[in-house]
Amino acid sequence: MSSNFRAVVVGVSSGGVQALTTLLGSLPADFPLPLLVVQHIGAEAGDGLARLLDAQGPLRVKEADEQEIPRPGHVYLAAPNYHLLVEPDGRLALSAEAPVSYARPSVDVLFESAAEAWGPALIGVVLTGANHDGSRGLVRIKARGGIAIVQDPADAEAAQMPQAALAALAAAHIGADHVVALTAISALLAALAATKGGRHA
Amino acid sequence: MSNHDDDEIRNVEIRLLLEGIHQVYGYDFRDYAEASIRRRLTHWLVESPFDSFSAAQARLLRERALFESLLAGITVNVTEMFRDPSFFKAVREQVVPFLRTYPFVKIWHAGCATGEEAYSMAILLHEEGLAGRFRMYATDINEAVLQRAAEGVLSIGEMQRYTRNYQKSGGKASFADYYTARYDRAILAAELRRDIVFAPHNLAVDAEFGEMNMVLCRNVMIYFKTALKERCLHLFDASLLPGGFLCLGLKESLERRKLGERYAELQLGTRIYRKRYSHVE
Repeated sequence: MSSNFRAVVVGVSSGGVQALTTLLGSLPADFPLPLLVVQHIGAEAGDGLARLLDAQGPLRVKEADEQEIPRPGHVYLAAPNYHLLVEPDGRLALSAEAPVSYARPSVDVLFESAAEAWGPALIGVVLTGANHDGSRGLVRIKARGGIAIVQDPADAEAAQMPQAALAALAAAHIGADHVVALTAISALLAALAATKGGRHA
Repeated sequence: MSNHDDDEIRNVEIRLLLEGIHQVYGYDFRDYAEASIRRRLTHWLVESPFDSFSAAQARLLRERALFESLLAGITVNVTEMFRDPSFFKAVREQVVPFLRTYPFVKIWHAGCATGEEAYSMAILLHEEGLAGRFRMYATDINEAVLQRAAEGVLSIGEMQRYTRNYQKSGGKASFADYYTARYDRAILAAELRRDIVFAPHNLAVDAEFGEMNMVLCRNVMIYFKTALKERCLHLFDASLLPGGFLCLGLKESLERRKLGERYAELQLGTRIYRKRYSHVE
């Protein structure tokens, strides 16, 4: 029986390069799920971040392409100036629609579409950042039965984004499943990804 | 989850609505990538007085004006002057030398929205000495945005960003030469409009444009599913002369596409493809 989960989505803003280096660098090479990542980035940043992160750890990191089928142990980074979405059949999709809360790519756009596609088989992670992107999306992931992980604001380089996510969850009368330090997240993801047995069967 | 059933029902309602729109108005959104069109439709519904797509459908299929408001909400009209300056720089440096060899150049810009990229191309061609030697057919599915495109009016608040884009794209003059500021608006020079024909065209149902030297369709097909993408690429291929140029968005490519082998990318990553002079059928 395979994992209860189909994918992990990660949203991160300021402080993100360091946070992603730590998180992705400590995940095992045989991590059984794909990771989809939105890092806020300038419109003309190029694909340098994907190449940088690819060199940091055992997982393959690349920019997400449209219609791509996400593969286990691969990390798909949203391209600068495009939103990253998930189609109902699990394929990746891109959009050049207007920025959402000043962000393109937007964490909310990824999280909301991924929640729709994967429902309870999705793990959402909100990391460091100095805005509130991702909070709506994380509420949506919880409403669809997924798992919400928030970096402990006290541990984050910029506390606002994790704080906003926790506040939004509280306002919706749902709690986060895990509020933990960055260094604890990779072990937590590995443990969750290993859970089997049809929690949602 | 209790919400789950509501989501499923909403998706059924969306499919029914798109089917109805196709039959009543001839606009075919059934082959659009689902995640983004659902997002835009849901946004429209939240802003509308209706509680569900079913409730909205009865009036959407009868009232053209209401349908037009939906159409404006679900087609993506986001664009900017010299979007992706690196692309315009590549056109200037790598495509213009070929275009100069023709007595007259015909260009189809498919999915032009409010026209900013069409005007950008016109500025570029004027600076490269092709003024009066080209005609650009700029088309879009949405006639309301085409009217705005034909007016050639920009928001003055964007001028700093557009000026930076223009400079990065290899602009040879001053961007301010191309518009007149009036209150909060910037009106593009009339001579730029002279060579552009704005016209309605629906990539999902309409036919090709003949004998083009260049076809631009950037960040439009990313909203389409495979079958509609292939239809568009077939239209573009049928419109392009041998040796002509097909320009896609920076995250679009001809890899894994049926007609990919008939084209060669000018330089890796530019997404500017040149149609080969001969190919094996």
